Amino acid sequence: MTNDILVFAEVREGSFKRINAELVSAASVLVDKLGGVVHIAVLGGAVDGAVEEARSYATGKVYVVKSDVLDSYSTQGFASGLEAVLKECDPAIVLFGATAMGKDLSTRVAARARGSLMTDCTELDVEDGALKAKRPVYSGKAYADVITTKATIKMASLRPNIYPAAQKTGNLADVAEVSLPITLDQIGAMVKEIVVTSAGRKDVTEAEIIVAGGRSLKSEDNFKILEELADVLGASVGASRAAVDAGYAPHSRQVGQTGKVVNPKLYIACGISGAIQHLVGMRTSKVIVAINKDPNAPIFQHANYGIVGDLFEIVPIMTQQFKELLAS
Amino acid sequence: MKIGVLVKNVPDTETKIRLTADKQGIETQGVKYVMNTYDEFAVEEALKIRERLQDGTTVTAITLGPERVVETLRTALAMGADEAIHVDDPAFEGGDSLTNARIIARVVEPMGLDLILGGKQGIDYDAAQTCSALAEALGTAQALIAVELKWSEDNQSLEVRRRIEGGDEIVHVKLPAVISCEKGLNEPRYASLPGIMKAKKKEIKKVDLTGVGLDSAEVGASGSATRVVGYSPLSERPECRILEGEPVEIVKELVRALREDAKVL
Ligand SMILES: Cc1cc2nc3c(=O)[nH]c(=O)nc-3n(C[C@H](O)[C@H](O)[C@H](O)COP(=O)(O)OP(=O)(O)OC[C@H]3O[C@@H](n4cnc5c(N)ncnc54)[C@H](O)[C@@H]3O)c2cc1C
Ligand SMILES: Nc1ncnc2c1ncn2[C@@H]1O[C@H](COP(=O)(O)O)[C@@H](O)[C@H]1O
Repeated sequence: MTNDILVFAEVREGSFKRINAELVSAASVLVDKLGGVVHIAVLGGAVDGAVEEARSYATGKVYVVKSDVLDSYSTQGFASGLEAVLKECDPAIVLFGATAMGKDLSTRVAARARGSLMTDCTELDVEDGALKAKRPVYSGKAYADVITTKATIKMASLRPNIYPAAQKTGNLADVAEVSLPITLDQIGAMVKEIVVTSAGRKDVTEAEIIVAGGRSLKSEDNFKILEELADVLGASVGASRAAVDAGYAPHSRQVGQTGKVVNPKLYIACGISGAIQHLVGMRTSKVIVAINKDPNAPIFQHANYGIVGDLFEIVPIMTQQFKELLAS
Repeated sequence: MKIGVLVKNVPDTETKIRLTADKQGIETQGVKYVMNTYDEFAVEEALKIRERLQDGTTVTAITLGPERVVETLRTALAMGADEAIHVDDPAFEGGDSLTNARIIARVVEPMGLDLILGGKQGIDYDAAQTCSALAEALGTAQALIAVELKWSEDNQSLEVRRRIEGGDEIVHVKLPAVISCEKGLNEPRYASLPGIMKAKKKEIKKVDLTGVGLDSAEVGASGSATRVVGYSPLSERPECRILEGEPVEIVKELVRALREDAKVL
């Protein structure tokens, strides 16, 4: 086994996702201690653009598994491709994004390699040959410190928006082509189609800024005032479960225990009371702003900045002020 | 069709999580354990398939854990599962999800299940690993985070709608397969009173270390490649700064503070 780290690069619609650069930056910190290099694995059908991008980040090699079989995502196809890369590259650690694809694939590959896996980590470190991670447990009510205990290959998936995106190295890494050891008929489950539900707007799990609304928005139509603020900020729009259950926003935007866990730089909660099931989905946000009519709303106990007032008055002023600021 | 449902016994979502003084665990006193929220969707979906097919389809609930987890099997039986298996041995103590999945694989492999349903993740450790690791151990297809299942006419394959960032993936899945369930898939039923009475009397099959045919070094804490070394509370946020004044002034100050003090803009 080498002291190197392999980053699995997520490619969607041919493009190299931002999380990949975040993984490279997490990996760089670790390899500094291990004394290895950072390789990147790119798998897929049409991935030439993503491979070029990966070459500008890797300090080791870019391992490429290119095949028609991988045109659409399949757990078994990608697991088999990545397994072949592992044989070539023999890394100590493999990092994935804690995304739908990263979580799906990492477990399958870790199980196959008889390695260790820590999901959804918010901090990574190496010590005495072990990989150490901090990860939220009990729906984000506490953190667990986890370490690997065996010499087998170590894997972790990292939450988006924790590490900054890495800088490009200024060089272009070498490419190593690896062939895919599986055929279409050996794959039992394959993506047929992707239905985009939040066209033009980032998913809440990927956004750096989120403007979220609760039951107090009172209608789907009123969510437009949040959309306007979000447009100015380049933000995504989130919602409480009460708002989703009332039909004001789609479930794909729900933040919390039975929705999504988000981790933006800035979370603006508009008319959200701050129930524990909502908080667990957003309280690792770097900065939280709360707007609520009720000065005793629990959300204020978890916010950095609070505005006691009517969101229908405050939000449009925010949109105006941010617009002016960002124009200047 | 033979369906297996994985159910896990976890602290209720309302539970206040308090760390023990030595930070090595959580206070278990007063914690109410229930069936993992997402596993309720799995049980419901299995029962719906059985009701639709009306062909002698069986639903077997399976759980791995100490004595207390039997409660969750009773819940599954009360909802309508046909059989229940409790996988338990002192040697299994302290195993991580990958290790537990290997044990569960040994139990379900001889059963020849067509479909295994589980939850998106356990709301205890939030690992979200067991279903995928089980599919790998069994060599079957998998589809995780399912919000809709659409069956083919011969019921040998299906289309699974699964949640991903910014949309849904429609995955074509051939049986046998492991599918993990997400909120939105269905509305889990409540156990009926007669169901609860009947469930109390049903026999629960036990499987131990010998039954799964693994060595004690391969299971539990010694078989696992990860270990929790401690817990820490969430970092405290500084006290909230309530901005006061006229709305326009408040917002101006907020914008300034976000840019200059918090540096997030
Ligand atoms: C098992 C389980 C899982 C759950 N999962 C989730 C989850 O994933 N996500 C989630 O969010 N919730 C979840 N919940 C629900 C949660 O408990 C709360 O009910 C929900 O978060 C409340 O949403 P809300 O804050 O929009 O509504 P409310 O609690 O009704 O709060 C509305 C708030 O808006 C304020 N307000 C009203 N009008 C205005 C105005 N004009 N201007 C400013 N403020 C105003 C009010 O003062 C109040 O604080 C879950 C619950 C359970 C039991
Ligand atoms: N000990 C267990 N016994 C039975 N099923 C389990 C167990 N652990 C996890 N599962 C199943 O796997 C899903 C994901 O759990 P986890 O991988 O622990 O997050 C759960 O929702 C259950 O369906």
